[in-house]
Amino acid sequence: MVSLIEEQGQAAQRETRGVMTMFTRLNSNKILTTLFRDPRHFQITALSTLVMMGTFYYAFGLPLWHVLACVGSTVGTQFVGDKITGRKFDARSPMISALSLTLLLRTGSIWLSLAAGIIAIGSKYVVRWRGKHIFNPANVALVILALLFDSAWVSPGQWGAAPWLAIALFGIGGIVTKKASRWDVSLAFLGSYAALIFGRAIWLGDPFAIPVHQMQSGALLIFAFFMISDPKTTPNARVGRLLYAALVATIGFTIQFAFYKSAGVIIALVLTAPLVPFFDYFFPASRYYWPNQTPPRVTPDTQPKGVSHDTVQA
Amino acid sequence: MIPSKLKLALTGGIALSMLAVAAPASAFCGFYVAKADTELFNESSKVAIVRDGDRTVITMANDYEGDPTEFAMVIPVPTVITKNQVHVSDVSLLDHLDAYTAPRLVEYHDSNPCAPEMMEDEIVVTARGQQAPVLAMSKNMESAADLGVTIEETFTVGEYDILVLSARESSGLQTWLTTNGYKIPTGADRVLDSYIKQDMKFFVAKVNLDEKAKAGGEMLRPIAVAFESPKFMLPIRLGTVNSKGSQDLFVYALTRNGRVETTNYRTTKIPTDVNLPEFVEGDFANVYPAMFSKAIDRQGGSGVVMEYAWDMNWCDPCAADPLSVAQLKELGAFWVGGNGDMQRGGGKGMARDVYVTRLHVRYDAESFPEDLKFQATGNRQNFQARYVMQKAFDGSMECKAANRYKKEVNKRQDKEIATLANLTGWDKSEIREKIKVSGVGMKFDVDGPSGDNWWSDMWGDKDE
Repeated sequence: MVSLIEEQGQAAQRETRGVMTMFTRLNSNKILTTLFRDPRHFQITALSTLVMMGTFYYAFGLPLWHVLACVGSTVGTQFVGDKITGRKFDARSPMISALSLTLLLRTGSIWLSLAAGIIAIGSKYVVRWRGKHIFNPANVALVILALLFDSAWVSPGQWGAAPWLAIALFGIGGIVTKKASRWDVSLAFLGSYAALIFGRAIWLGDPFAIPVHQMQSGALLIFAFFMISDPKTTPNARVGRLLYAALVATIGFTIQFAFYKSAGVIIALVLTAPLVPFFDYFFPASRYYWPNQTPPRVTPDTQPKGVSHDTVQA
Repeated sequence: MIPSKLKLALTGGIALSMLAVAAPASAFCGFYVAKADTELFNESSKVAIVRDGDRTVITMANDYEGDPTEFAMVIPVPTVITKNQVHVSDVSLLDHLDAYTAPRLVEYHDSNPCAPEMMEDEIVVTARGQQAPVLAMSKNMESAADLGVTIEETFTVGEYDILVLSARESSGLQTWLTTNGYKIPTGADRVLDSYIKQDMKFFVAKVNLDEKAKAGGEMLRPIAVAFESPKFMLPIRLGTVNSKGSQDLFVYALTRNGRVETTNYRTTKIPTDVNLPEFVEGDFANVYPAMFSKAIDRQGGSGVVMEYAWDMNWCDPCAADPLSVAQLKELGAFWVGGNGDMQRGGGKGMARDVYVTRLHVRYDAESFPEDLKFQATGNRQNFQARYVMQKAFDGSMECKAANRYKKEVNKRQDKEIATLANLTGWDKSEIREKIKVSGVGMKFDVDGPSGDNWWSDMWGDKDE
């Protein structure tokens, strides 16, 4: 009896040792580097944190099954899309779209949550120009559903305008967009929007408390750091991106203050997305690739000016 | 388990009249312009907004009580308003809407733990008092054109003389108002200027004393204004120009779709569906305002709080009957047809396509720099501020289970006190004192032994 126990104990020890060596063999540094290298991991972490905050702190009344439905439909659509087009399946981009949708789309219908995911990811495969998808997936789904259905809407006030949240979003958003090398879009957008908002306040003679309050809007900052900054749907060249961000800000501002639609910037992004190929034409630069994607080898003389040839998955 | 059969008693609405008394100085979306240097306050504002597409009907009531000759009301409006677009409404209308949407108490009675079948039902609804607006204005309209002020419309509706002004610049408007005997709050010119540049017009109402005499009655009636504009907002900035502290505004929004929320401020929900000590029934008028203030304090002293959001076809429990078709039409719900009035407890079947949202806004100049902007959403999830009173059985109980029941009630009461302390910010000892003074919901003196578990009494004492 005693010897049996001893035997079992030794066997267990051997097993533990085996697992330990397996872990030590896997270079933990390597895992961390891989995790930190891909900006999508930062984005998923940041967006998940915001979803948690929305659910528990801000009490959005966001049912868990809506989140699951949305994640399921984006990842599922991506899977089907990748199968059809023969690309390598990657769940990270659809995850980001699903989380953005959960953050911004408000609906009481689980079917609309599902539809949002399908429209978002489906648009990536259907609406393409020269190997690059046109619309920001979450953005286009949001606008289509909000326009078509009464029971889907965007709540620009749901994040309030608390200064601490604004600072936190600036910090987290700054890190995420820096990782994806798209901080320039976020800052150019916020800068242009601020210029318009403050300009309006000066023209109206309003106290600066008003534009400051408008700039602190949590929804605006989430848009700036987590939606317009998508590296795949913004122009390739920095100059193009800066001009594009200013254009989105101007159109969004106009929709908000001349047409009194509170989700102005979100509509503006959909309206301006088809112009991105023009920005890429006039300001050519190499395309953005996620760290696990390999850009196709193109020698300068085989690539005509202003046109990119690769068709790597988005 | 303690058999507790439901018995409903409601105390709706009292909270708000008291809130009004407790609230500090405030003004309506516009401001009162006094001819005398008296300190002029009105305590809280009530506004009903009916909105479908761009079609908007705003009904405004104010609870200022004072000399009608002393006051005038100036409200920025998005378009020029003609006589046909103005209507004088019934005083009771907004009060009914207020009562229907008010935070409510529900009462449940435990039945006798010794005879679980016994119970009785009662439903009590308490009504609330009401107050009304008083407005006045000078008649002098000279030299308007010289000052860049255009009198777009001038007419009398009910007991009100109404002017609709547009202006080229604020100093002209201000001069015009001042030379016509109105005292404009200092600092209002910048706000007026901002509204002028945003192409807003100014709706100025005063009381026509002759018409007032003809109409009779003590109170001034609410004014309803119908217009079409993409702007879904309420101007509050003029009201904060000269304000001391924060003000309370109740917005009752009626739409076809669903809930209304603010787009430039966060709309939060009042804590609801909690059990509170029994004495609250007699003290709801103090408890609710304290709860509201605490909820607002947790957001930094100001905020937009949703107190009710419900399909106008029914209610459960009802603090007042749903509004009748005639009342809804009077408020401006132009799309409502037929006569199918619902009564309290009516079924959901007779859809009238009216969804009401009650927003309680406490604002001050610092945290609400901007006017309130709204949007109607497709959210039809019902919400109400509902507080539960679970009353202990107070008859004689002659059985072993009674002791255990009493212990459980005592435990339950401690929990209720803790909940109330958390929601109001009151001290637990203070609440215990209130309970003692009220004499209701007192703890049981548990005498005699009793098992702590339900099985203890089931088969009796094993040693006997």
